Amino acid sequence: MELLSGADMIARFLQDEGVEHIYGYPGGAVLHIYDALFRQDKVKHILVRHEQAAVHMADGYARATGKAGVVLVTSGPGATNTVTGIATAFMDSIPMVVLCGQVPSALIGEDAFQETDMIGVSRPVVKHNLTVRHPEEIPVILKKAFYIASTGRPGPVVVDIPKDMTTPNERWKYEYPKKVKLRSYSPAMRGHSGQIKKAADMLLAAKRPVIYAGGGVILGRASDKLIELARMLNFPVTNTLMGLGCYPATDRQSLGMLGMHGSYEANMVMHHADLILAVGARFDDRVTNAVDKFCPGARIVHIDIDPASISKTVEVDVPIVGPVDSVLKEMIALIKESKEEVDAEALASWWAQIDEWKAFHGGRYVTDDTEKIKPQQVIEALYRVTGGDAYVTSDVGQHQMFAAQYYKFDKPNRWINSGGLGTMGFGLPAAMGIKLNFPDEEVVCVTGEGSIQMNIQELSTCSQYNLPLKIVNINNQSLGMVRQWQDMNYESRHAQSYMKSLPDFIKLAEAYGHVGLKVERLEDLEPALKKAFAMKDKLVFLDIYVDPYEHVYPMQIARGSMKDMWLSKNERT
Amino acid sequence: MRRIISVLLENEPGALSRVVGLFSQRNYNIETLTVAATEDPTLSRMTVTTRGSDKVIEQITKQLNKLIEVVKLVDLTDGAHIERELMLIKVKASGAQRDEIKRTTDIFRGQVVDVTGSVYTVQLTGDSDKLDAFIQAIGTACVLEVVRTGVSGIARGEKVLSI
Ligand SMILES: Cc1ncc(C[n+]2csc(CCOP(=O)(O)OP(=O)(O)O)c2C)c(N)n1
Ligand SMILES: [Mg+2]
Repeated sequence: MELLSGADMIARFLQDEGVEHIYGYPGGAVLHIYDALFRQDKVKHILVRHEQAAVHMADGYARATGKAGVVLVTSGPGATNTVTGIATAFMDSIPMVVLCGQVPSALIGEDAFQETDMIGVSRPVVKHNLTVRHPEEIPVILKKAFYIASTGRPGPVVVDIPKDMTTPNERWKYEYPKKVKLRSYSPAMRGHSGQIKKAADMLLAAKRPVIYAGGGVILGRASDKLIELARMLNFPVTNTLMGLGCYPATDRQSLGMLGMHGSYEANMVMHHADLILAVGARFDDRVTNAVDKFCPGARIVHIDIDPASISKTVEVDVPIVGPVDSVLKEMIALIKESKEEVDAEALASWWAQIDEWKAFHGGRYVTDDTEKIKPQQVIEALYRVTGGDAYVTSDVGQHQMFAAQYYKFDKPNRWINSGGLGTMGFGLPAAMGIKLNFPDEEVVCVTGEGSIQMNIQELSTCSQYNLPLKIVNINNQSLGMVRQWQDMNYESRHAQSYMKSLPDFIKLAEAYGHVGLKVERLEDLEPALKKAFAMKDKLVFLDIYVDPYEHVYPMQIARGSMKDMWLSKNERT
Repeated sequence: MRRIISVLLENEPGALSRVVGLFSQRNYNIETLTVAATEDPTLSRMTVTTRGSDKVIEQITKQLNKLIEVVKLVDLTDGAHIERELMLIKVKASGAQRDEIKRTTDIFRGQVVDVTGSVYTVQLTGDSDKLDAFIQAIGTACVLEVVRTGVSGIARGEKVLSI
């Protein structure tokens, strides 16, 4: 058996675990680890400009690949700078391992230089966290971290590593643990067959069914099964913000996104359904609107890996706890075997109604001024220019909702956004994490002039590692989403929602060694996008000036049911 | 409704704070909490009493189960169970009061475990209601200090909570 220092063990473990990239920033408490990384060349370290970005990079990678992203930061401020990133990953159940340095064990509790109780600070926003108490435990602790992060309902795991655990001149036996077992942790491996049978019978008996599919379908790699089930039954499918792409948006049976800014038809179908099959979704308040008015006529089947997600906000009739892919597989088999068939007549009239709803609204928006660019037009043009096939990350605000509504995702893992926490500043570093790992794919960050400035320093990291992604800055010269709420609820008193003194983004991009393109007229929009994507090896920052007064519609009316929506500034259901 | 939840958890540093953190984070209430190692030193046994609607209690047990260090748990109030709490209470006891307090202590099957010229220290075990009733009976006016351990609980009969 080999003898290695704690620091070398960490480097070796990451190699043995098959980790290619780690994202981080050095500092005193992790210098032994950085030295160990320096002396090997299998695991590549990406140096960001702010630790929050390291976490979002790892997160973007994890969302695109399904594998745990890995972060390395120093103690104190390095660790606390990761908290927003960790919380972002936690809310969206993203697998991630964050290695944090800590002051030497002997100094813990003495308010030593750069000491922060990272275990305490991170506790509410991690799936789990672990402290290394002896260097010999490092391989097992790291294995546990990866195992916990990426199984069951995934999530971030923080590992706190006091500096004396990594001292170079003390060596310990190293062996890569292929497996770990935890007696207190055993995620469900399959759903309850009786419940699946009950659900299958209900699906077959439904007259006005709908499938409501969320991020769990993507995390659980169950997109194929979902498509098979939906096609087999001819049921309509709506996706949550996190689930976009798990069912192809261009498919006839797709209703698009549901919820606060969901499509008219998706929300109408939900409200009038007699059966809802919820798959890997969690009845979030941005989906349900007022829970007491939620889908009054519907019986609900809910498939989720996390028992705590079931009946948390909305009571369900048939809960099924288990991995979505295996549950769906079993359900499909049962339906195939069943002597019962779907009620084709009822479904036909349901579809007739749905097509009417689709035709009534159809994602329309007003384009009275032909000069000014509408933000929706930017996304539609982006969709055309990229052939609908890009990895699209977004920040948070109106631009995020427009991207979710107008970019039709046909594949899972392509739409990358902070749904649960809504973290401005997420988009650029997430896109970097994806571009780094998929250099041949088009990666676009759709952002706003507010959000992009929350991690704009990463343009420097992009030059260092040559990450030719495209930034589509939908510049409405305001914190658009905040302003929209102020327009609707505060008689247009725009408290602090202006972005005064915007930088010259073109010059800024150039200063970091990139290309900047400013677009102000509609006729220049598509040519500029084409030009940007033609520059394969350049990061292009497109600063696109759009109508600052546009709102996102539909918008559910607070405390109403799913079908209570504003459809435009002066039209409601 | 009041519930007694019994939890087996890994006897590791930080496990307790994770449980306590969960309650405050999710706005659940803790009435009492007791914890100590079991006969197996790698495991701790914790008893939490809490109040909430059925829905909240279901969330509490599910969220507790999600904590990696929680090995197993049971809601004791779902079945027949035994609940005990220990109280040490210091009361003013002079003159005629001395006999009165001693008598009440006997009725409640408590013991006087320390005595001075003017103070009795009484030890009492039972369910929480009994301890409340004792304080009521002697009257809060003569109570100098109260220390209660919080509830410990165990299921009746052959049911056991173990791994
Ligand atoms: C870190 C953070 N701070 C504040 C908010 C609240 N917030 C939500 S949307 C928004 C405005 C975003 O502005 P911009 O990026 O320009 O996007 P727009 O809505 O204009 O498209 C704000 C401030 C947030 N989501 N994240
Ligand atoms: Mg803006």
